[in-house]
Amino acid sequence: MKKILLIMAVVGFSSQAYAGNIFENLFRFKGVKPVMNDLYNDSCSECHYAYFPGLLPKRSWEKLMLPDALEDHFGENAELDEEDRVEVLKFLVDNAADTSFYKRSTKIVRSIPEDVTPLRITEVPYIKRKHKDLPDKYVKNNPKVKSLINCDACHRAIDKGIFDDDTILIPNYGYWSELDDD
Amino acid sequence: MKKTLMLAAALLITPLVGNTIGYAAEGGSAIPEMMAKYEAEGASNFSAEAGKKMWTKVMPYEKKGEMIKDRSCSTCHGTDLTKPGKHAKTGKEIAPMIPSAVSTNRKGEQVPRFSEAKKIKKWFKRNCKWTYGRECTPQEKGNFLAFFKSFN
Repeated sequence: MKKILLIMAVVGFSSQAYAGNIFENLFRFKGVKPVMNDLYNDSCSECHYAYFPGLLPKRSWEKLMLPDALEDHFGENAELDEEDRVEVLKFLVDNAADTSFYKRSTKIVRSIPEDVTPLRITEVPYIKRKHKDLPDKYVKNNPKVKSLINCDACHRAIDKGIFDDDTILIPNYGYWSELDDD
Repeated sequence: MKKTLMLAAALLITPLVGNTIGYAAEGGSAIPEMMAKYEAEGASNFSAEAGKKMWTKVMPYEKKGEMIKDRSCSTCHGTDLTKPGKHAKTGKEIAPMIPSAVSTNRKGEQVPRFSEAKKIKKWFKRNCKWTYGRECTPQEKGNFLAFFKSFN
């Protein structure tokens, strides 16, 4: 029994090392928790990038995921079966920014006044501030970006929950760190 | 001891099996099931022609600040079903509406069109309400499916 556990531990560790995950794990609390859930992915990413739950506080997800709210989801109908709605909501709430120790989730939570419930990630003061000086040519008038809702267009390490400057590549323009007018 | 091994083996194998079985279904494989359901709800004689006609039927949509004024199925899916569509707001590409089309989900899995009843149900509900402001009748839904199936 002990042997098996030992073997499993070794295999588990070496496969992680093999995948080059050691460094990611060292810094794993610096971005936003990179969690995904099959049902959430199926239910939401058919229309848009499935944002990590750690980008909004609990109260925001709760409001967004109300049945009536889903029927008019920023002008789109995003209704779900009640069973699915409850499961997706649970995933979002369980991993919401205010349950997270990740650095950027903490900053997100701290930037929102307690009596405010943002419904858009782009309304979060911390995220708003981070993107406020971006010229239209990079986003709005950039056919490969179009809008800030498409996080993954520029944040190339977003699937790992990382948003650092050196992972930002603006389509048609290049790496953020090499652009002049930042 | 044996139990532990079995458990470990099961844990190792499950994701593999899940992946292969999950989307092994062929494109269009869920259409007969849905049609039978609509018939049980009172619809009959599904017409690809009627489905085609309704596909491009434009519904006026008036709402302040709304960027899309007129809505039809083709607003997002286009008029040529063999070609990909484009979400009117997010710009996200939508796989063609023919049964042989395949879309790729975020995990990189290939999902054949109309191979999951649940997905058909979900999208008829969302899109009929978006386009017509109401749910489609079983007859209308069957007509649409007959229209898609006619590209087989």
